[in-house]
Amino acid sequence: MNLLSVSKLNAYYGDFQALFDVDFHAHPGEVIAIIGANGAGKSTFLNAIAGNVTGRGNSITFAEEAISGLRSWQIVSRGIALVPEGRRLFSSLTVEENLLMGAYANTKDAWPLTHIYETFPQLKLKAKQSALSLSGGEQQMVAIGRALISNPLLLMCDELSLGLAPMVVHDIYETLTTVRERGVTLIIVEQNVRQALAFADRVYCFQEGRVSLTGRAGELKPEDVSRAYFGLAGAA
Amino acid sequence: MTTELNPRAIRVKQSSPVSCISAVGAALLVAFLISAPSWIDRGHLSLLVEFFYFLALAQMWNLLAGFAGIISLGQQAFLGLGGYVVFFAAMRMGWNPVAALVLAGVVGGLVAVPGALIVFRLHGAYLAIGTWVVAETFKLAFSEVKSLGAGSGISLLAAVARAVRIGPFSRDTVLYGAALLIALLSIVCSYVLLRSQAGLALTAIRDNEATARSVGVNSLRIKLLVFVGTGFGTALTGALIYLSKLRISPAAAFDINWTSYMIFIVVIGGIGTLEGPIVGTLVFFLLRQYLADLGSWYLIVLGVVAVVVMLKMPSGLWGTFAKNRDISLFPTRRRLFLNADEYADPGKLRA
Amino acid sequence: MNGWIDSILQGVMLGAIYALFAAGLSLVFGVMRLVNVAHGDFIVLSAFIALWLQRITGFSSPFLTLILLVPLMFLVGYVLQRVILNPAFGADILRPVLITFGLSVIIQNGLLQGFSADSQKLHGGKLEVASIALPGGLAIGVLPLLTLGVSAAMIGLLQWMLYRTKLGRALRATSADLSTAGLMGVNTSHLFAMAAGIAMVTVAVAGVFTGIRASFDAVSGPDWLIFAFEAVIIGGLGSLWGTLAGGLILGMAQTTGARFSPGWQLLSGHLVFLAILILCPRGLFPRRAE
Repeated sequence: MNLLSVSKLNAYYGDFQALFDVDFHAHPGEVIAIIGANGAGKSTFLNAIAGNVTGRGNSITFAEEAISGLRSWQIVSRGIALVPEGRRLFSSLTVEENLLMGAYANTKDAWPLTHIYETFPQLKLKAKQSALSLSGGEQQMVAIGRALISNPLLLMCDELSLGLAPMVVHDIYETLTTVRERGVTLIIVEQNVRQALAFADRVYCFQEGRVSLTGRAGELKPEDVSRAYFGLAGAA
Repeated sequence: MTTELNPRAIRVKQSSPVSCISAVGAALLVAFLISAPSWIDRGHLSLLVEFFYFLALAQMWNLLAGFAGIISLGQQAFLGLGGYVVFFAAMRMGWNPVAALVLAGVVGGLVAVPGALIVFRLHGAYLAIGTWVVAETFKLAFSEVKSLGAGSGISLLAAVARAVRIGPFSRDTVLYGAALLIALLSIVCSYVLLRSQAGLALTAIRDNEATARSVGVNSLRIKLLVFVGTGFGTALTGALIYLSKLRISPAAAFDINWTSYMIFIVVIGGIGTLEGPIVGTLVFFLLRQYLADLGSWYLIVLGVVAVVVMLKMPSGLWGTFAKNRDISLFPTRRRLFLNADEYADPGKLRA
Repeated sequence: MNGWIDSILQGVMLGAIYALFAAGLSLVFGVMRLVNVAHGDFIVLSAFIALWLQRITGFSSPFLTLILLVPLMFLVGYVLQRVILNPAFGADILRPVLITFGLSVIIQNGLLQGFSADSQKLHGGKLEVASIALPGGLAIGVLPLLTLGVSAAMIGLLQWMLYRTKLGRALRATSADLSTAGLMGVNTSHLFAMAAGIAMVTVAVAGVFTGIRASFDAVSGPDWLIFAFEAVIIGGLGSLWGTLAGGLILGMAQTTGARFSPGWQLLSGHLVFLAILILCPRGLFPRRAE
């Protein structure tokens, strides 16, 4: 049984088509990595599921319910949370207020704040500070915490490691491991292919708006991955 | 392997068949209008004068807001200033009224320079309200000046009114000619500006000022040019308006309604196009003809039309009509044309 | 010396009205960056509706009309924002400016048609002339003092709403980043409409208080709009207490100018505004970092 099921997704920015007939599915509890070069459509894909980008003539089903065509604010209450590319913290809010915004849609089942502070102890000290005064890694933690607080069934992360030091990235993936152990389904867009293949159960590779390769992380051959990533025949 | 493009393969054109035809049509229309005083009666002549000055005002507001991105709610400051300068120069300084007209424009342009220094520190909404406050300040200041009639204003002396003539041409003809000339100038100058390099820079600034500056566009200088130019033009038009009305007062000359009319005309016609203000002025006058008896209802209808147009047809009547058909009577955009023969053969692409 | 103190006092009382004008504008301008050029006209509209309500209900005091006026104006603000202003919302500020400009003309001329150009006034009875004596032969009117209190309370309430409630947090988040707020589950068009509705509540209160204090007519709107904007901009964007300060400063500037000549009252206010705008373009107490 699929938690998330996407069939023939076409997405547009105005007249420009960014995704072509994308098929995708995720089982509950799975970790799926999406890799691909810049501009391949990975972020667009996550945003289309989250309702931020318009899709046409497609179907997206989540927990047995059709969600394509719904607006973003309607989708999050169904249990999908997105950590957007570039963190996108609310600049005029404090750290704690940013976290609380994550619980806006789902105050009943939301994680209590203490829970988030247990997962990210550094944030407790900085709770009343402006969100922008934190380091890149800490901001990323706020962004993830903000997504987690809504107690999602599906957590989508867009380019978590962008601009962060390797040690910080390591910590973040440690956190994601705990999240995964709680049974949350994860979809991760990741530039670092090795990191993606090491962490995920299954992988999708996007290239120019299409799925160029998909399979179990352990079973994919490096040459196939390169080829799917770059789209060149016989490239090294 | 170096590649130099064959210059014969690529051309940049600005005109199109439609624009050439309309240019001929426009020339005929202008000739027709010039001859008007000899065969149109006085009442209709003054209606045309009004048409021309509203058109000029709208074109200039359009240049400012639609092209330079400066939304000014205070252009009435220049308008009133121009009116007062022409009255003062003609009555207190003994200037020939027609020369005083030009003086009014020059004063407007000069005042625009320090005005720009203040106004350009602001952006967006702040700019809009700031300009409005400046105009209100003018109104209040002029109401305090006794020698200019203070709050109740002054009338043009009959002797001065009679002096508005050039050679054999009567006052009515001179005013008509001046109005026609100002309207034409407003269109021609805007057109010439927009076709030039400065015009290209303006479009870039309108789209994204920061990026435009990063490629070397001196946005400040160009915006200043446009602001001073429209300051000159609006003051000139204001001088003409009050020379024809024969009486000026601060409340009338610095009334925000002048800007209301400019905005309505430009919005309904199509902001950011040269044809828009012409269409808008036509609609404005048509509405006025048919709704004149309804008093306040006329303005209510105007307001409703403006709101609906802004919601449903943000590009205005002309903009919506021309956009999808790609028509431009005053073509200002540059198009790239590829010479099919030379381009198709890759060997010929390189010089 | 007494004369100067009196001027300052009167300035503070006058400024309280301006702060009341400006409170709603500060919220909407600060949160949505929306320029409602018809804001002043809505205050006038409220005053006229209060006048009409008092006539048909026979209430003894105009303040009682607020019972009906407040929910009515909230609805007006909500519907207006949702139906007309939200669709025009975007990076281009021209559209909302021009649309609200059109609304301004419609309201003014609608009022002219409905009520004529005559000057109107709401009658507050004995409250209008009651005053409290102060040392030095000075006196403060009870109504102006009440206005000051209501003005400060209104601003305080808005401040509380914005910083201590879930709605306020959502409003601030939405104004910081519209699409990410959507990701959090915020129905942004509903939220903006709520903010507009709340702003209209302050407009209703402002309309009644001003209508009792001074006469007004169908075209008073633009003058009041300018005072409201000057108060917001002097105080600094994004700061409600700043708006209160801005209103008081404007009031004091005007009454000080009036000491020289009545004609100078408005002019001194504008000059002080322009001076502050040139020297501190972001206002005296700006909150946002932009």
